[in-house]
Amino acid sequence: MRVSELPRPSPERLLRQAQAEENKQWGARLKIFLGYAPGVGKSYRMLDEARRRRERGEDVVVAALQSQQSGDLQALVQKLELVPPLQTPKGQTIDVEAVLRRSPQVCVIDPLAAQNPTGSRNSHRWQDVQELLRNGISVLTSVNLLHVEEYKEKVQAITGKDTTDTIPKSFLLAADDIVIVDVPTDLCLWRLGEKLTPAGISNFQERQLSELRELALLLTAEVVDAQLESYVHAHGIEPVFGAHERFLVCLTPHSNAPAMIESGERNKERFQGELYAVYVCEPGRSKRERATIRRYFGAAKKAGAATEVLESDDPISAIVEYARQKRITQIFIGHSAQNTWRDRFFGDPVLRLIRAAEGIDVRVFPH
Amino acid sequence: MPATDDARRGNLKVYLGYAAGVGKTFQMLADGHAAAQRGDDVVVAYFEPHARPDTIGRAQGLETVPHGKIEYRGKTFEEMDTEAVLQRRPSIALVDELAHTNIPGSARTKRWEDVQVLLDAGIEVWTTMNVQHIESLNDQIWQITGIQVRETVPDGIVRQAAEIVAVDVTPDALLNRLKRGVVYKPEMVEKALTGFFKGSNLGALRELTLRQAAHEVDLRQSAYDETRAFQVPRISEARPSGATDIQPKERILIHITADPSTAMLIRRGRRVADYLHADCTALFVHGTPQLSQLPAEERQAVEKHLRFARSLQIETRILGGSDIAKTVVEFARHNQVTQIFVAQSRTRLRERLRGRNISEHIVRLAQDLQVTVVADRSRRQAS
Repeated sequence: MRVSELPRPSPERLLRQAQAEENKQWGARLKIFLGYAPGVGKSYRMLDEARRRRERGEDVVVAALQSQQSGDLQALVQKLELVPPLQTPKGQTIDVEAVLRRSPQVCVIDPLAAQNPTGSRNSHRWQDVQELLRNGISVLTSVNLLHVEEYKEKVQAITGKDTTDTIPKSFLLAADDIVIVDVPTDLCLWRLGEKLTPAGISNFQERQLSELRELALLLTAEVVDAQLESYVHAHGIEPVFGAHERFLVCLTPHSNAPAMIESGERNKERFQGELYAVYVCEPGRSKRERATIRRYFGAAKKAGAATEVLESDDPISAIVEYARQKRITQIFIGHSAQNTWRDRFFGDPVLRLIRAAEGIDVRVFPH
Repeated sequence: MPATDDARRGNLKVYLGYAAGVGKTFQMLADGHAAAQRGDDVVVAYFEPHARPDTIGRAQGLETVPHGKIEYRGKTFEEMDTEAVLQRRPSIALVDELAHTNIPGSARTKRWEDVQVLLDAGIEVWTTMNVQHIESLNDQIWQITGIQVRETVPDGIVRQAAEIVAVDVTPDALLNRLKRGVVYKPEMVEKALTGFFKGSNLGALRELTLRQAAHEVDLRQSAYDETRAFQVPRISEARPSGATDIQPKERILIHITADPSTAMLIRRGRRVADYLHADCTALFVHGTPQLSQLPAEERQAVEKHLRFARSLQIETRILGGSDIAKTVVEFARHNQVTQIFVAQSRTRLRERLRGRNISEHIVRLAQDLQVTVVADRSRRQAS
């Protein structure tokens, strides 16, 4: 596929790219360590990386630390230089001024989600991080799923925990690097002082934690997918298929679109994939047919599908071309309840699509 | 599913990575230390002797069961000494590289078979593997990397694991390790950088690993919920409307033929069935009156495919019928199948005109059922 044929990038991606490029101008990189709960060992992984970087000759400082630290963590921290936080009557903040003066290559900030006391330079710590990045300082930082604004409610529903310290998800998506720190749930609970249970899900607490684990893994996969998309666009290479399931529902007035949309929605949820729906505009459609299509479009949107009307004399090629652009893995098409002169002339459109959709699965639905 | 019926069987824990060098072994050893600290009887049962210095350092302080030595073609190779581990009877045994194939002359062909022996003896096993070694992902890996992975582990083995841990690292950090010669010997680095470790490959493999780990976690939640009849709304699946979706159980039927694309069809069907929590059956229909009348070559290919389906825990059936497509569709209707999986068999126009394309024939006949025509992705890759 030539670059000119690639779909137009989404505004979010352009924004991400702009942010990433702004940071890159100065060579600064943001790396986030994501955990599904406290006790997974994010801080350890991060500070250990800071230690290794320092040993390899990078200039590393620590600007914020968690208040409670295990013995292992303390041992790591002792090997690193600390820029002490700014103490105000209302609480602590990162001393951004001091870090900028010190001007290290890399700054460690643990954790990322924190509200600064009123009257601070920035209201949130993540804004401090942006300032450091803009000034060419790379940042290593950590965050728990609970503190990602868009996940707060879900985590709350599972654990009952609440927080006011959150970061927007877009901040995660704009990171140069994200790493998930995954650990078995029993070990996570053990580190938090619970007694040890057999491996696997063996009690209610682990059942809850495992759900957070799943969410954190999928969030990381989403970030990786966005990075992959940017990489593919930046390098103008053929998109890689396979890791992420994408379903495309082809809407026509005489197929069983409601069943296809419903199945598409279920597949999207099960596979944590994406759903698209298209209609190829053909001349000579009756008013009634057009109304039906509008209704189907509404249903597809409600099911969470990205919808598009394609214009082409050759519906089959239009669908296949669209599917390639969107990296579709499965096309849903319905048998038609009505044959047109065109179908009698060119042959069954379903079979023609199956033959044309090389490399993409085709699922045919009853009418 | 995790073995809950037999309490004496050991638990299996798998550290899953997306490539060599992500730090699977390192994390397994680190967790092993933590377990030893909390009082578990942990031994290292197998550990790659050519491991990286950092990793070797991590193994120190843990008891190691000496490896078995096996002579093969005048050279000495080291393998796990399963009998010695059984005699030592630790509570937890760490076994590196689950997908490894043993040297000829070993008691068992595959390391995962050795691991089964330990589990059967009630020993908990922690092990490492990469995503490309999961059997049902074989085609996707080929699609991403263009590399056909031969040493695979059946999905059923991975599915037994009580826990799957994703070991994650950024591709940048991995490439760094590679270039510093931490992962491979210097002479192999260049080859790796243009092959498996190519930029976009790593991102795609990483995404696949994270999604696979999330899926495995999800399956274990369902298994737990079933044993407890434990009703919680699945937050990760909850609909905005809050409506619970009660769907009739899906049943998938895979149409087996002698065509080589069948292996890929079986893997794809298994994967979709897993995600949709569907039942899965594979069917072969012979057009000859007797199975034995099939040409030997065709019969062997079909038998291989049926064995493969069974190894992925798919029930298999064989039927005779002069009209193959019709027999498949009728079987589907009688058995409440909701979806038939067929391979996109590429036939020449001449054959198509003679109605030889059975997959297309099934699509035409089964207009009351869903039929999924699975693409042969390898063909596109190769072209």
